Amino acid sequence: MIELVSEDRCIGCDLCVQVCPTNVYDPGHGGRPAIARQQDCQTCFMCEAYCPSDALYVAPESDRSLPVDEAALVAAGKLGRYREILGWGPGRQPNSRTDAGYLLHTLDRFRSLAGPGAGGPPDPSRP
Amino acid sequence: MPDPREDRLQLQADVLVIGGGPAAAWAAWAAASKGQRTVLVDKGYMGASGACAASGNSLLNPPPKDREAILKARHRTGQYLGDLRWMDRIFEATWRSLPLVEAWGYQFPQVDGESARESFWGPEYLKVLRKALLKAGVQVLDHSPALQLLLDADGAVAGAQGLQRQAGGRAWQVKAKAVVLAAGGAAWLSKVLGCNTNTGDALLMAAEAGGELLGMEFSSQYAISSALNATVTRGVPFAWASYSDEAGRPLTGKDGGRFGTPELAAALLKGPVYAQLDKASHQVRQVIESSHFITFYPLEKAGIDPYGQRFPVTLVAEGTVRGTGGIRLTDDECATGIPGLYAAGDSAQRVLLGGASSAGGGPSAAWCIASGQWAGGGAAEYARSLSEASFDRPVRQAGRAGLTAEAGHAGSFDPDDVVRRLQAEVLPYDKNLFRHEEGLKASIRAVDGLWQELKGVPAVNGHRGVLRAREAAALTATARWMFRSALERRESRGMHIRTDFPATDPAQRVHLISGGLDQPWVRREPVLDAEPAGVGR
Repeated sequence: MIELVSEDRCIGCDLCVQVCPTNVYDPGHGGRPAIARQQDCQTCFMCEAYCPSDALYVAPESDRSLPVDEAALVAAGKLGRYREILGWGPGRQPNSRTDAGYLLHTLDRFRSLAGPGAGGPPDPSRP
Repeated sequence: MPDPREDRLQLQADVLVIGGGPAAAWAAWAAASKGQRTVLVDKGYMGASGACAASGNSLLNPPPKDREAILKARHRTGQYLGDLRWMDRIFEATWRSLPLVEAWGYQFPQVDGESARESFWGPEYLKVLRKALLKAGVQVLDHSPALQLLLDADGAVAGAQGLQRQAGGRAWQVKAKAVVLAAGGAAWLSKVLGCNTNTGDALLMAAEAGGELLGMEFSSQYAISSALNATVTRGVPFAWASYSDEAGRPLTGKDGGRFGTPELAAALLKGPVYAQLDKASHQVRQVIESSHFITFYPLEKAGIDPYGQRFPVTLVAEGTVRGTGGIRLTDDECATGIPGLYAAGDSAQRVLLGGASSAGGGPSAAWCIASGQWAGGGAAEYARSLSEASFDRPVRQAGRAGLTAEAGHAGSFDPDDVVRRLQAEVLPYDKNLFRHEEGLKASIRAVDGLWQELKGVPAVNGHRGVLRAREAAALTATARWMFRSALERRESRGMHIRTDFPATDPAQRVHLISGGLDQPWVRREPVLDAEPAGVGR
């Protein structure tokens, strides 16, 4: 769940308020947005992807709120990591170019799980 | 209903699209590119809402020369409830449409100088689609959930109403010549893969207008996820997993076979289960990490090395999202049988694509591209047949449960409490994954009771309460159709597992149609194509 809007990093753009699909934030109106409805957070990480100042941290735990230590997160390079993966932000190129998904069908286990040409995630309920 | 105050936002559109994922985007683009004034309303943010934005997809996009073999394989996988003609046109439409996505700015990987269009990174794909819509002149209203459809005197759909949750609950009304429902399926607010915006709203709205559902028994898809982050249900990396129980004893399927969903569910009912992706070679790791980064991202955050250590896993319910049930379609343009109303994406039934088995992932990505354009195009053609005077049609509100008070019902209800009690029926593996007659009857009694509680009683607590009440009503209605259809199908087929009827019965190769609100019903309908060889197993 969303745990951190960094006071140091937030530039008050309210973009997280706009993009959060479950309306978790209240606008900061130039200041720092508030995590107003944390229980509505579905841990989808979309706010992290859009935050231009790498100010947000969504903890991986989806069913409980756990305190986070901002200094430790910064030291571990965990703020802004999703944008780094996606290749979003100034001076970056979209990393969708590096998606090796087209090689999945060459892998034996994928083929055996997904069925010939299924192309999607395996449906484990199938024999 | 939100108070229709003076400042209500009132718009007119040739085509109104309800939803904000890929199917909604393709529908809006198709309508706008036919010169129609198009408005798109989304509950969340068009670009971040729904399953695709939060994860991405494989993309089933076989080259024409391979198509026939893949159609046949999928038909077999779907236990022969799919439709070969629809599958063919879905893949044809997808094949022809993908160069557009690239022209709009999506960067596919390049292999030998050609684009490999076989998967999407969700956040990137939806960002590109949003840009394309705005460029095409589509008016996009974010955080503007639709609450109900508007009907004219003849029962044709004439628009919709909703609220703007980031504008203090300001009411909106869009009078439209045609409406496309593309608001996703129903995932029980299980937090699966960004699907908490997908609460069956479109199914409820369609039923309130007189529409029907198809294949609702195929709404029992569950998929594996790490337990600490019980949201990311991408099955592919787990193809290279070993499983073990609390004591570290290996878990395998029957006779050492594969440890699939039923085996995992049975083990989870006994205690914790752990996975480790220890069968993934270096080469495999590179492929699955780049195509399924969203599986690895929360594990990285938690400091878990999925190859080197075992970690607890669970199964998360995906409802109709990776199931195949949804709004019944009545023609090739994704019409619903209600004049002016069209359906696309996960709101529509995907039985014709996936049959009794999940169409999630790659097939669904293709379905959204195809059905979105057909629904948007069909809505545009319908809109063209109406004059501007149609905006002056007298209209009535179609919404009932959670919105209007009825005689004989009093008090109020707590939508969050209704959802909790609904989840107690639809989520447990021993109720909805392993189904049997007595259990289904008990669940029907429970969800019917919830419907009696919420019908006829308007929600309270402001606009958040109104939205939550409609979501609770839509999820409850969806569960009522699902459990009744599951009771009616007295066999096991695809994801529908009946412990009291474990075999697939060739005589039950039929579709189950359902509908109705206060009095839900189910009826059988024959599968129309000639019975293929090798039916059953």
